[in-house]
Amino acid sequence: MREIVVVSGKGGTGKTSLTASFAYLEKENAVIADCDVDAANMHLLLEADFAKQEDFFSGEEAFIDEQNCINCGICESTCRFDAISFDGDKYVVDPISCEGCWYCSRVCPRETIKMNTKKAGDFYISKTKVGSIMAHAKLGFGAENSGKLVAHVKNSAKKLALENEKNFIIVDGSPGIGCPVVSSLSGAHLVVLVTEATTSGLHDLKRVHQVVKTFGLRAVCIINKYDLNEEVTSSIETFLEEEKIKLVGKIAYDEMFTKALSEGKCIVQSDSSLSYEIKNSWELIKKEVI
Amino acid sequence: MRITIASGKGGTGKTTISTNLSHYLSRKRQLVLVDLDVEEPNSGLFLDKEIFYEQVANKMIPEWQSKSCILCGECAKVCNFNAILKIEKEVLVFPELCHSCYACSELCFTNSLPMKPKQMGEITHYKCGTFDFIEGRLRVGEEQAVPLISQCIEYVDESFEKSFLRLYDAPPGTSCPVIEASKKSDFVFLVTEPTPFGLNDLRLAVETMKVLKRDFGVIINRYGIGDRGVEEYCEKEGIGIIAKIPNDKAIAKLYSNGELVYEKHEGFRRELEKISSFIGEIDA
Repeated sequence: MREIVVVSGKGGTGKTSLTASFAYLEKENAVIADCDVDAANMHLLLEADFAKQEDFFSGEEAFIDEQNCINCGICESTCRFDAISFDGDKYVVDPISCEGCWYCSRVCPRETIKMNTKKAGDFYISKTKVGSIMAHAKLGFGAENSGKLVAHVKNSAKKLALENEKNFIIVDGSPGIGCPVVSSLSGAHLVVLVTEATTSGLHDLKRVHQVVKTFGLRAVCIINKYDLNEEVTSSIETFLEEEKIKLVGKIAYDEMFTKALSEGKCIVQSDSSLSYEIKNSWELIKKEVI
Repeated sequence: MRITIASGKGGTGKTTISTNLSHYLSRKRQLVLVDLDVEEPNSGLFLDKEIFYEQVANKMIPEWQSKSCILCGECAKVCNFNAILKIEKEVLVFPELCHSCYACSELCFTNSLPMKPKQMGEITHYKCGTFDFIEGRLRVGEEQAVPLISQCIEYVDESFEKSFLRLYDAPPGTSCPVIEASKKSDFVFLVTEPTPFGLNDLRLAVETMKVLKRDFGVIINRYGIGDRGVEEYCEKEGIGIIAKIPNDKAIAKLYSNGELVYEKHEGFRRELEKISSFIGEIDA
């Protein structure tokens, strides 16, 4: 079982469309994991059926029982996150600012601050339109994306792949360079970096690759919209050579990319040069990972 | 006034709008643009700028003092983030897991865990001719964006008069970093694209803004490609669409070069004017 994680640093580079296409090509041989739990989209293209749902709990939040509270204000002055304030009548906790550190609860002289478990989001196991199993999630509104839900999605996908003897786990990673992306990357056999031929694309590629390097992971790269700016494309290629990252695909700027999306289709579902290029990339990726 | 430019989905055009809008508006009023997408800050790539001031951004982390520690293990018990581990004759601190809540430090009986600054990134203040630009940049390897975002906002509040318009270029998504970048703003522009992904993520962003009780409106980028889903959703929910930036490869080309768009693209400029007069209205 091999795990392939697709990341991009920058948003809007075509990461999810490409990942969905790989999933479409591999059919039931792969377990799919959508680790972009903050703005999950894979379920749309793969028509996930949301067959199984579970509540996901992570972290805690303080709750002040006003009956025993003597309004001493120690909790307010203790909190480093400005999560506790006096509303003119009583002390209240702002659940969005509360980090769940327990400090207020520990110092309250009346022991009147309780810590409640927080529901961080929903976790799903679905069947996709191509028959594969998919693990995905939806982060709760205003919840903390600490990477724990991402880790849960990934670990579940791994378990499902082992139980069902699947060859691949294809992971749509999170954007950025912070906790969620670190969780997405852990345990990857190969990282696919998706970038685009824009100055921002190159800038963000370099930063996310630094994270990938920190974990000693092997990476390949796909340049999307390479003909938008050939100069930037050649800078990207120079960077890839320097870092010994194999280029496994160059995809032209093509509005079909977006049009397929609007029809709810994976790009490889139709016959086109775009589709051919993506199929080719997937074959190269598989060769790299086996 | 504080205005946040946010989006659920990444790559919808937040930075293009933030940088062009700042440049355009600064001819008429005093403003500061703040790049709060500290994980991947990109606004600076589009601006002619000179460094005015640079400062290290620290977060506070406990530092173990072996001499005074009696190895009672209370610190490890108190930490709810597993950032402290007490082994036989040592206390280990894991800075990347620490949330800087101070509990271990202040509850230590022997004051053996004083809080010390550790660099998590930089805050840079640039001059861009007609306006100022502040960039927060998280160090690669640091995982928590929120403390740096809040320090950038503080820096701006200390450095600029209230009369300056503050434009925040927010990180993508709907979780803690976006919340930090929006929770005190007077208005939030949600940038989206007219595709099923754009719509799905816009819905999430709208729900988040409702939880935060913020006023918001929508800007549709790449208008004309894709479908009508976003517009139908906005109509049904009574959400104002403030501008529709046309889909045009010429805009993408200018963007790819790190160039500002509005001076060279008529259609883009027209929509920018709409955003500008909208800001004028809510500010009045």
